[in-house]
Amino acid sequence: MKLVIGIVRPDKVNDVLEALYRAEVRGFSLSRVQGHGGELDRVETYRGTRVQMGLSEKARFEIAVSEDFVDATIDALCEGAQTGEVGDGKIFVVPLERVVRIRTGESDRGAVTPVLK
Amino acid sequence: MVDTGDTAWMLVSTALVLLMVIGLGLFYAGLVRSKNTLNTFMMCVAALAVATITWALVGYSLAFDGDAKIIGGLDHALLNGVGFEPRDGTTIPHLVFFAFQATFCIITTALVSGAVVERMRFAPFLVFSALWSVLVYAVLAHWAFGGGWLQQQGTLDFAGGVPVEMGSGFSALAAALVVGARKDYGRQALLPHNAVYVLLGAGLLWFGWFGFNGGSGFSTGNASVLAFTNTLLTPACTLLVWFLLDLARGRQVTAIGAATAIVVGCVGITPAGGFISPAWAMVLGALVALPCYAVVMWRPRTRVDETLDVLAAHGVAGFFGIIFIGFFASESWNGVADGAAFGNLDQLGSQMVAALAAPVYAFAATYVLLKLVGALMPLRGSATEEAIGMDIIHHGEEAYATGEGALLIRAETGAEDGRKVPVEV
Repeated sequence: MKLVIGIVRPDKVNDVLEALYRAEVRGFSLSRVQGHGGELDRVETYRGTRVQMGLSEKARFEIAVSEDFVDATIDALCEGAQTGEVGDGKIFVVPLERVVRIRTGESDRGAVTPVLK
Repeated sequence: MVDTGDTAWMLVSTALVLLMVIGLGLFYAGLVRSKNTLNTFMMCVAALAVATITWALVGYSLAFDGDAKIIGGLDHALLNGVGFEPRDGTTIPHLVFFAFQATFCIITTALVSGAVVERMRFAPFLVFSALWSVLVYAVLAHWAFGGGWLQQQGTLDFAGGVPVEMGSGFSALAAALVVGARKDYGRQALLPHNAVYVLLGAGLLWFGWFGFNGGSGFSTGNASVLAFTNTLLTPACTLLVWFLLDLARGRQVTAIGAATAIVVGCVGITPAGGFISPAWAMVLGALVALPCYAVVMWRPRTRVDETLDVLAAHGVAGFFGIIFIGFFASESWNGVADGAAFGNLDQLGSQMVAALAAPVYAFAATYVLLKLVGALMPLRGSATEEAIGMDIIHHGEEAYATGEGALLIRAETGAEDGRKVPVEV
C-alpha cells in the first residue's frame, strides 16, 4: 500500500477529480494548503506597501491505494493537474504501514478498497 | 423659479443613486468566485470615473440639449450653459438636474459589466464603457427623457425603463455574445462566493432606488411621492412571489433568489413608478416575478454566459414595466394619461413602440461597438489568466489576502518589474 500525496493548482482540482473518477480511484482527502515550490514570486501592492507573495495557494490530495492502483492514481493526478507552466505541483508516494476502516475494523487492503453497492 | 424644497430632495436623491453604484458592486462581487471579487467590484467603480467624465464632456448635452428626434446637440458640452438657473420645466437648478442624470448614466454603465465579469480584461472594459455611456446610454436617454422621438410620440417612462433597464439588459446580452463564455462555463459549477454581499448589495440598491424613482419627478410633488411609495410596495410583492416560485420549484426559499427578486421588483416599478396607482404597483410587483424567474432559470441552460443575468433582472423587468404602463396607467393618479385598461388604447401602442425600439438599438449598437473595441485590443486574457483570477492578474491584489508568506519589498531595492524581485529578508 502507498499513500499518494498530490499538490496541485487549486483551479485544476475539478480536472483532477474527473481524472480520479475515470481511474476508479474513489477514496481521498482534499485540503487547501499554502506552499512554495520554486516558482516565481508574485508582487502585490496595497496602498504604499508592496509585498512579494512567497507562498501560493495549492490543493493537497491524499490518496491511500493498494499497489495495483499506484500508477493509475499518479497518472490521473498528472493528467488532471498538468498545464506545462511552472507551478503545476508535485506528487509524493510514501509507503503505508497500516490502514484501518473505522466502521468495520477491516485493515489494510480490505480497508482501501471502496465498498461498492 | 427654483424651489428650495424640491432642490433639497434632488440633492439627496442624487447621492442616493450614487450609493447604488457601490451597492451594485457589492451585489455583483458576491455573485462571482472569490478570485474575481475585486475585478468585478472595480468594473462598477470604473463606471464612477469613466461615465461621470463622458457625461460631463458630451453625454449630457447629447441627451438633454434640444428636442431633435434622434440625438441632442452639443450646446451643453462640458456643462456649457448649465448653471444655477432652473432647467426648463423643472424647479431645480440646472446643475442639480445634470448631476442627478449623471448618476443614472453611471449606474447603467456599471450594470452592463455584469455580462462580462470573470473574463473581460480591465483596459478594454474602460474603453468600452466610455464609448457605451455616450453612444448607447445618452442616445436612449435622449429618446425617452430628453425630448427625443419616443417622448414625442407619447411613451411614458418615469425613471428609465428605456435607457437604464432595457438599455443595460439588452446591451448585456450583446456583450456576453461578443466577449464569449468563461472557459469553465457549462463544464464546472461556477458558484457565488458570498451570499451575504449579494443581499447587502441588493438592500443598498433598494435603498438607493428611493432616490432613483423618487427623484425622477424632479420635485417633491405628487408624482415623486407616488413613485417613492410604489418603490416600497412593488419589490415587496416581487419578493413574496419569488419565495413562492422558489418553494414550488425546490421546496426551499433561497437567499440569492431573494436578492434577485428585490432588484427585479425595483426595476419593474422604475418606468411605471409615477404613473400607476399603488394597488396596480403591487400587482406589477407580483406579475413581473414570473417572466424574470423563467429567464433566470432558462438562461444557464443555454450557451450564452450572460453571467449575472442582467438581461433577466433588468432587460425583461424593464420591458414588462414599460408595457404595464400601457395597460394600467391611470390619469387620476398621474394627471398625464390613462392606459388601455381605462380606455386609452393609444398609450399601449406608444409603450410597445418603446419596448421594441430600445432593445433593438441597445443590442445592435453594443454588438457593433464591442466588435470594434475587440478589433483594437483583445477583450479577454488567456485561459491561464482566467484560471488564476482577474484580481491578481489585473489589479495585483487579492480580496481576501492573508498576509501569510508575504515579504515586504524595501523601497531601496527599486524593483519595478513586478515579477522577480531580489529581497533582503
